[in-house]
Amino acid sequence: MNAQLKPREFPLPSSVKVISGTEKAQAAYPYHIQFSKTDDQKFWFYNSMHFPEPMSAFDMVTAEAAYCALGAANTRVHCLPTTLGIDHRIINGRVYIGGNAVTDPEEIARRTGEFQKRAFYYYQNWESLYAQWKQKMLKLIEEAKVLPDPVLPEFEPLEHVHAGRGIASNHDLLVTYQKTLEGYFRMWHHHFEFLLLGYGAYLTFFGFCKKAFPEITDQTIARMVAGIDAEIFRPDDELRRLARCAVEHNVDAHFREGASVDDIMRSLRASGEPGRRWLEELAVSREPWFNINVGDGFYHYHRSWNDDLSMPFAAIPGYARSVRAGEPMDRQVEKLREERGRLIADYRELLENDEERAAYDQMIALAHRVFPYVEGHKFYCEHWYTNLFFNKIRSFGGLLAAHGFFASAEDVFQLTHYELEAAIIDLMNAWSTGSPPRGPAYWPPLVAERRAAIKEWGRHETPPALGPIPDVIDDPAIVMLWGITRESLDNWLSAGAGTDSNEVRGFAASSGVVEGIARIVMSVEEISRLQQGDILVCHVTNPTWTPIFQKIRAAVSDIGGSMSHAAIVAREYGLPAVVGTGNATSKIKDGQRIRVDGGRGIVTLLH
Amino acid sequence: MPAAQYIGWFRDIGLNDRPKVGGKGASLGELHRAGIKVPPGFVVRTEAFEDFIDALERRAPVRARVEGLATESIEGMGAVSRELRARIEEAPLAPDLQLEIRDAYARLGEPQIPPAVAVRSSATTEDAADASFAGLQDTYLWVTEADSLIAKIRSCWASLYSLESLSYRRRQGIAESAVAMAVVVQTMVDARTAGVMFTRSPLSGDRSVITIEGAWGLGSALVSGEVTPDRWVVGKITGEISVRNISDKAIRHAQSPAGGVEEVAVEDSLRREPCLSDEELQSLRAIGRQIERHYGRPQDIEWAIDRHAQEIMLLQSRPETVWSNKDQAASVAKVSDPLLHVMKVFGGQR
Repeated sequence: MNAQLKPREFPLPSSVKVISGTEKAQAAYPYHIQFSKTDDQKFWFYNSMHFPEPMSAFDMVTAEAAYCALGAANTRVHCLPTTLGIDHRIINGRVYIGGNAVTDPEEIARRTGEFQKRAFYYYQNWESLYAQWKQKMLKLIEEAKVLPDPVLPEFEPLEHVHAGRGIASNHDLLVTYQKTLEGYFRMWHHHFEFLLLGYGAYLTFFGFCKKAFPEITDQTIARMVAGIDAEIFRPDDELRRLARCAVEHNVDAHFREGASVDDIMRSLRASGEPGRRWLEELAVSREPWFNINVGDGFYHYHRSWNDDLSMPFAAIPGYARSVRAGEPMDRQVEKLREERGRLIADYRELLENDEERAAYDQMIALAHRVFPYVEGHKFYCEHWYTNLFFNKIRSFGGLLAAHGFFASAEDVFQLTHYELEAAIIDLMNAWSTGSPPRGPAYWPPLVAERRAAIKEWGRHETPPALGPIPDVIDDPAIVMLWGITRESLDNWLSAGAGTDSNEVRGFAASSGVVEGIARIVMSVEEISRLQQGDILVCHVTNPTWTPIFQKIRAAVSDIGGSMSHAAIVAREYGLPAVVGTGNATSKIKDGQRIRVDGGRGIVTLLH
Repeated sequence: MPAAQYIGWFRDIGLNDRPKVGGKGASLGELHRAGIKVPPGFVVRTEAFEDFIDALERRAPVRARVEGLATESIEGMGAVSRELRARIEEAPLAPDLQLEIRDAYARLGEPQIPPAVAVRSSATTEDAADASFAGLQDTYLWVTEADSLIAKIRSCWASLYSLESLSYRRRQGIAESAVAMAVVVQTMVDARTAGVMFTRSPLSGDRSVITIEGAWGLGSALVSGEVTPDRWVVGKITGEISVRNISDKAIRHAQSPAGGVEEVAVEDSLRREPCLSDEELQSLRAIGRQIERHYGRPQDIEWAIDRHAQEIMLLQSRPETVWSNKDQAASVAKVSDPLLHVMKVFGGQR
């Protein structure tokens, strides 16, 4: 009866209700990711790091493909001793996940033997396997690029007939669709080929530093390990290069604040030779470096810079001003390298004895070995490949819309990938029989219903976790990828208690103290609300919002660890950042004055 | 004037002189040699103390009185302590010693202006516990004339015969012939801000951070606990300031017109202001690192910032003892196969 005496706990999955009026949208997700009664036995947490917004039916393919590949790597390929894969469920558009721990000591021992035969081979042959990985990824990307756009001609082209092709164009739709989907699932296998091993090596060094230097900040360790010329910085480097070119050709004035991309392009073309030369440079940068999307690649609407140039163009004026002012623009690679070396040597000197120093040397060497992958894979996987994937699906959306299935191509993302295959086959049939397809009568109301559900879900908070609280969380995958510990769970629980403190605490991601106006940005579409000098407060900070980083004074996020890319980029920009606060977006009000202390991981609400 | 016999200037002293100049004196000399700024001064060496006690012995026993004490007899010990302290405080110094001290003292000041000095006992015992309680008690600040200086030197010597000192020596069975004390005489820093600095975390023992505590005015207010200091934790290597606890500093210690030190209320506008700027914190960090490197182990340092010159002065540095005794064993050993380290993460070991 007395709620205060009850220990605080998370609700059971079965007690979470589908929001009224959205039941049909919820039922659209595949049966195997719906919560069931047996799921009450297990601990789940909301994966707001990767899926911070309600997921549309199609976008769930990312959860499916990613956990399929992650689990395979952990459970069957590298055989992690203490953990198998990660289960996922969806309710109200929110993705919950839960690990599968291995607890039987004999089984752990058996898996440890397997792990060392497999994972250690990877560590020992890291460079050559990573080089091979890049080739595989580039091949996969090439395969995706050459997939034809789906078209249905009225009559089969004559040359097909004369060549005796024997396969009609409607079949090509199925082939392209299935290859598109297959490629995406395959990409995720590549993604996880090294990831856990890379994070593991990094965390080994991290754990050592935390033990040897209990008060060392996460960001200092990150700086010791960080890659200097990581590919994640390239898109931003390209923007600086383009800004410099714009100044050289004296066309930077064309990038006016508030002008549309089309306006800018038009005025550049009208400027004659200088504009033409700059546009040539732009084309050089775009492939591949503008294949970076404005999110983490997990939502179809996180479009790439190539798809929408407004984001990169918005960054040009700021960089151009720096060029004109003669400020140093390029990343000082040599200086950064030297600083990193000095940091490593200085901490080494402080160690207690030579034995510790030898262990330190071993661990940092391994961390440096694996880190190019940890930092670099995202560009190939979550950005470049994912853009190709979503755009290909979008082209199916365009074809289906043209045949009356949808009002717009974007509606395609309201179908699961299973339903999309059915819709494509519906169209293939209709094209072959000459009867009208059934889809135009069937899909539009469902699409409308699902769009409304996503909107509704976005208005409701969802519990950070569900089910019984484990005593310890030592699943390496969960600790590594989500930074979740028993401590963070306790924080979540107390955050729910409505403490009246005017502080929000998180991970210290990038040091420095600033005060400013908080701007709550819940989705990519809201980015334009940010004014110069605002403090970005978002659910998950994202490095590919890079151009924003020259506009804001600090960043605060609900989700993320000190190794999140937001943290990496914030450190590069020297911006204070506090990540993984759990509830900054709900506790801080838009327009509120706040102080961000990135070195201590504390946000103070001022008024 | 004969060559200095009882006096050692900081510039002529190093760590090896510890048996004759005490821990504090040796450390100040060593810091001076290492190029660290310390307020100028000299040490009244243990020979002065020994000759002084020998002179007392010629009239009535001193050392034998102590050695004859039973550890259990508090009353007896108290009586001996009172008696010996009174004798030390009253006995005149030998003329040559007096002359040397007065001359050295005069040289610290401008012509015709007697300098303000701090007088501090400098124990020769290796024992940290003894040294620390002796050291805390016997610091006399703002001594501004030669007679008073000589009295304070005698007071330092007398402190060796305090009840605590005596009972400690009896319990430890320390021979009286091994007991000696040097006295440091050092130009007073008219401190705007003063405090302490540990070149590791007193909380976690972390060697990668420097903890700095400071308060307005002389350091004595902070050392005696009369004011809650501002506290900072600064990354030894990164310089990052991870903790800033600015306290309400209601009072400060300042020079008293009557001589010595008095408590003064801090102006309202300054009470909650940090007593150090970030730049000063970084300078202290650099000094802390330099001293630690010089000694090869973490240090416990007293410093002050001169009100006029705005310059950081080091008053004392001694090895940190609490954590040093704990961290003998390596936390992580080198392993034959570097890859085995990762099992800590993947093996689920905590």
